[in-house]
Amino acid sequence: MARIKVPRKSTALDMTAMCDVAFLLLTFFIMTAKLRTDDPLHIDTPFATQALVVPDENLATIEVGKDKVFFGIEGTDIRRALLEEMGKQYKISFTPEEEARFAVIPTFGVHMDQLKQFIAMNDDQRKDFKQPGIPVDSTANNELSTWIYQARLVTKNLKNQELRIAIKGDSKDMYPKYKQVVDVLQRQGENKFVLETQLKGK
Amino acid sequence: MAELDTSGKGGGHKGGKIRSKKASTRIDLTAMVDLAFLLITFFIMTTTLSKPKAMDMAMPDKSKKDVQLPVPETRTMTVWLGANDKIEWFVGAPGKSQPTVDNFGKNGIRQTLVEQSKKIQATHAGPDNDMIVLIKPSDHSTYKDFVNMIDELNITGITRFAVVDITPAEVAQLKKDGNY
Repeated sequence: MARIKVPRKSTALDMTAMCDVAFLLLTFFIMTAKLRTDDPLHIDTPFATQALVVPDENLATIEVGKDKVFFGIEGTDIRRALLEEMGKQYKISFTPEEEARFAVIPTFGVHMDQLKQFIAMNDDQRKDFKQPGIPVDSTANNELSTWIYQARLVTKNLKNQELRIAIKGDSKDMYPKYKQVVDVLQRQGENKFVLETQLKGK
Repeated sequence: MAELDTSGKGGGHKGGKIRSKKASTRIDLTAMVDLAFLLITFFIMTTTLSKPKAMDMAMPDKSKKDVQLPVPETRTMTVWLGANDKIEWFVGAPGKSQPTVDNFGKNGIRQTLVEQSKKIQATHAGPDNDMIVLIKPSDHSTYKDFVNMIDELNITGITRFAVVDITPAEVAQLKKDGNY
């Protein structure tokens, strides 16, 4: 009797298509995604139906949360120039190395006299460090106002474009702190800005 | 796992010509796929896709005092933002009518805005007969309330509004109603 031979099939699969798909997805993610930055304040923005896309460049973000104000600006070259200008304003000289370190800090909330120490920290120390927020008093010690003003000048000089301002407020925060920040902006004649929100349905 | 073309083996070419083996053109891609998926996972974990959304906000220019036009009080609706997400509103001059307590949401302030806007447009002669909303957030209101209020105006299509500081008398009224 002749035995029926079961033909042995190869267990190897053709991976070409799978490989194509995987790399396609990889390319997509690299192109579209933006690296997640550490948010020191953990701000929970309120919901709104109007959804404009926040511009990517020439943007300064003022974070308001837990009664503190943080300041951040896009672009490493702008940050570097901004620190130099701020140093001139407050008579603090920063070394090129400190400027380079500052250029990679996305947001911060420290007083000017703490800034040198803050820049010297490494990432872990910075995470543990309790940042007190930038002073926004209506009196002479209004560092936020100086930061914004200098940031506007630097953007104008470097890019020849107007700096756009976004306010990122925490939904549970009280209104007066926000009002303080808006007053700072309005005193500089900066009447248009955007409020960062999350999208919701009507 | 590399596949080799073994078809040339054991063919039994006795004394025949030595043929060069045909190398397979297939390459094992498993490792490459592994690597690709590993990278995808890494990118999904460390990046954020959702770009932050924003709402436009324009405040009146404080430096130009002389450009303000007189506005009939009957066309204004004043909205106070109190504590605990409560709203009080009235139409017309302050003190003449008792403020109404309202909530946020579809059946709350949104409905009010639509109704009052229609009423004002019906009772005033055009073309300039839009309702003007004055938002007065109190110190005990939250930032969320403020954003919600402006969002309601955006939804209802009311473009004329202003954010004004609240006066002590208005705060006293809010206190009396238990919304401060």
